Amino acid sequence: MSKTILRLREPPHVPLEAECLSPDVIAPLGHDEVRALPVVLGKRQYRLEDFFEVEGAGGEELEVHGDAGRVKWMGRGMTRGGIRVTGNAGMHLGASMKGGAIEVSGNVSDWIGAEMTGGLIRIHGSAGGQIGAAYRGSLSGMNGGTILIDGSAGIEIGMRMKRGIIAVRGAVRDFAGLQMKGGTIVLMGGAEFRTGAWMIRGTIVSLTPLQLMPTFSYACTYNPTFLNLYAKQLQRLGFSIPHKAQEGAYQRFTGDTSVPGKGEILVWQPQTAGPDPWGADGGPLAERGDALGGEPDPPPLFPAIG
Amino acid sequence: LQGNSKLQITGGKVYDPANGVNGEVREVCVCDGRIVAEVEGGRTIDAQGMVVFPGGVDVHTHVAGAALNFARAMIPEDHRRNVPFVRTPVRRGGIGGATPTTYVTGYLYAGLGYTTVNEAAVPILSAKHTHEELRDTPIVDKACCVLMANNEILLDLIEAGELERARHVAAWNIWAAKAYGVKAVNPGGVAAWKWGKDAKGLYEPVPGYGKVTPAKIISALARIVDELGLPHPLHLHCNHLGAPGNFTTTLETMKLLEGNRAHLAHLQYHAYGGDDWATMRSESARIAEEFNAHPNLTTDAGAVLFGNTVTITADGPWQHLLYELTGRKWGNLDVENETGCGIVPYVYKEKNLVNAVQWAVGLELLLLIKDPWRIFLTTDHPNGAAFWRYPEIIQLLMDAAFRREQLKKLAPRALKRIVLPELDREYTLSEIAVITSAGPARALGLAQKGHLGVGADADVAVYNDSKDVAQTFAHPRYVLKGGEVVIEEGEIRKTVEGKGLLVRPSYEEKIEEFIRPLFQQYYTMSFDNYPVEMERIEHPDVRPCKQPTP
Repeated sequence: MSKTILRLREPPHVPLEAECLSPDVIAPLGHDEVRALPVVLGKRQYRLEDFFEVEGAGGEELEVHGDAGRVKWMGRGMTRGGIRVTGNAGMHLGASMKGGAIEVSGNVSDWIGAEMTGGLIRIHGSAGGQIGAAYRGSLSGMNGGTILIDGSAGIEIGMRMKRGIIAVRGAVRDFAGLQMKGGTIVLMGGAEFRTGAWMIRGTIVSLTPLQLMPTFSYACTYNPTFLNLYAKQLQRLGFSIPHKAQEGAYQRFTGDTSVPGKGEILVWQPQTAGPDPWGADGGPLAERGDALGGEPDPPPLFPAIG
Repeated sequence: LQGNSKLQITGGKVYDPANGVNGEVREVCVCDGRIVAEVEGGRTIDAQGMVVFPGGVDVHTHVAGAALNFARAMIPEDHRRNVPFVRTPVRRGGIGGATPTTYVTGYLYAGLGYTTVNEAAVPILSAKHTHEELRDTPIVDKACCVLMANNEILLDLIEAGELERARHVAAWNIWAAKAYGVKAVNPGGVAAWKWGKDAKGLYEPVPGYGKVTPAKIISALARIVDELGLPHPLHLHCNHLGAPGNFTTTLETMKLLEGNRAHLAHLQYHAYGGDDWATMRSESARIAEEFNAHPNLTTDAGAVLFGNTVTITADGPWQHLLYELTGRKWGNLDVENETGCGIVPYVYKEKNLVNAVQWAVGLELLLLIKDPWRIFLTTDHPNGAAFWRYPEIIQLLMDAAFRREQLKKLAPRALKRIVLPELDREYTLSEIAVITSAGPARALGLAQKGHLGVGADADVAVYNDSKDVAQTFAHPRYVLKGGEVVIEEGEIRKTVEGKGLLVRPSYEEKIEEFIRPLFQQYYTMSFDNYPVEMERIEHPDVRPCKQPTP
């Protein structure tokens, strides 16, 4: 099966807009047509071959080699096929994508998968902010699909997302799930402040203790059944989240009551030796210090914001 | 500005209702920017198989100023949805959509065959801003109406019964704002909004006042405008806009206006029955009947089309209600002692009962009001829909079968709330020329606009004579502005600059001595910085007022 391989000659000094780098665009094209595809550097239009060595043509698969950290809009609106980036990728990767898959070996910038509705984005490095988010002014962010990040991520991931899953192995920064309307964010390496601020619906799962805003209130500690399904799905994609009752349970917090919202933040509480932290001895509300990781000096549950 | 080229358009069917010309094949001759009886030499445009209209005149639109700019800033998602206008040698860049950028506003209006627009709501305080934007709106001639029905200096004078002085203040305001007419928005209601209230009853005192009622404000302003002899009557956005059951307020307002001229803006938003949103229904038949009996009034449809838009009005309390209903973004501006403003992005949906009623009411009024010279085509841009969607409304008016097709998209229960299914009237091309050009020009008192008689401004739109009405009116073959060909075969060929239309009503110079101390006490701006300088107006055209009748 044919595929197109692009090698970046040298990283551009200013961002290069290359929304033509999508299987939907390239699949029907011959070699010369691919080389002639339009890209925009600053306010000038160039040919793709001015920046990339082009090998092969057509095919549902596109390979990009090199530090494409300043190459924007790759995979924009793609519906099928795959893009494999060996190196870094720039802003808006896979924005508005509807299907297909994107894999990046290095790091990516902001706004990847913004307003996507389907497909899979897998980043082996770290990502910037606004992953799967709504563009400024839009009512909703990603509305389906999956974004998996092995490294860390920036601010406002999943901002106004409506459906789909974002899973991040590393730490994320402020405002994860800002104004979230649905869908799921899995935080495996913790988050900075204001997680779930203004969330209306949706689920944020955290495997580590979180500093929660005072507008979230504790509901219960349990093992939600739906997480079994999510765990199986994520397992297949190489992300394992605990869900078995013998390993522990999730504390459920609801909010953001300032909106008011019906979202939920599920914080994993591993089974520890010793007294059952959500057992008969008063439950987690009375044991919040313990519930938040059992550290000697646990972070306060309702910290002073800012 | 005024083309010095000679030109004739031959072979086209001419629709010039102001001069009784109804589809006759005749020549239209142009010289030095005006229509002339005959012309020797110059370019000839062969308009065989085409229809020739006077350039469109929009009597009520919102295209410039602080509120519109606020709306532009609030809806980046709309800009992204729309195809950008890329700069070319004859055209500046910009973006269309619900609130097009200034330059694109001019291109889009001209692209429909419109050559004159009236910006319908300008606070005096932001008149400078408005004129700066109008200056950047090419091709079309521009008039604007200045907001006065919640101006606290005027309300205080009405409270004190000093109508004579109020007239001088109003005239001073018009000239200070370099305006063409007077606009009243929700009289008393926007002032009440500063207290978190509204003014729905015409005869209840406005919060903060003892004697001032909406009715008093309306009567006083209508009288003042007539006494000043302004070419355009009081441009009134009635109280209680948008709410179920508001038709009674509108009927009362019409009675109140007997004896004065007035233009009722976007009548669609003022013709609802029912007690609440669940029982809202069309009362366009009652409104049209009463309106037909009031020859002193003109109106514009304020029609709604389904889809995305943004609502902008000085009616702050209404916009807060709309925000609470939709949960969408909300912008609110308070313009010191003069007025307010609210902005809420909105989507009109076919399956929404209220929206379906609104869509129907706009068309019903256009079909039920018998005299096309008194109701004009508008969408209250961008409130009901963007102005560039006018051709869709023209199609709905000219084609009853198409209308019936569209009715099928509504929820069945909506059909019981409207009278549109019973209306078979179809507009003729001549009537379309009336509601898009001749009528609004007459209502604005612009004798040189809206017709193709000798001496008129050579603003002409030439369309294909085709059955596909929406396509026809969306893509004029030629558009002339001031005798210059600005649009040809769908392309902008030349971007001329438009005129600024304004009036200078007479007032006693010493009225400034009355206003200045009040102004210095209550405003954040210095009095001397308040009036708009004449230099700010591009190609000013000061239109005459009738002799004042004090």
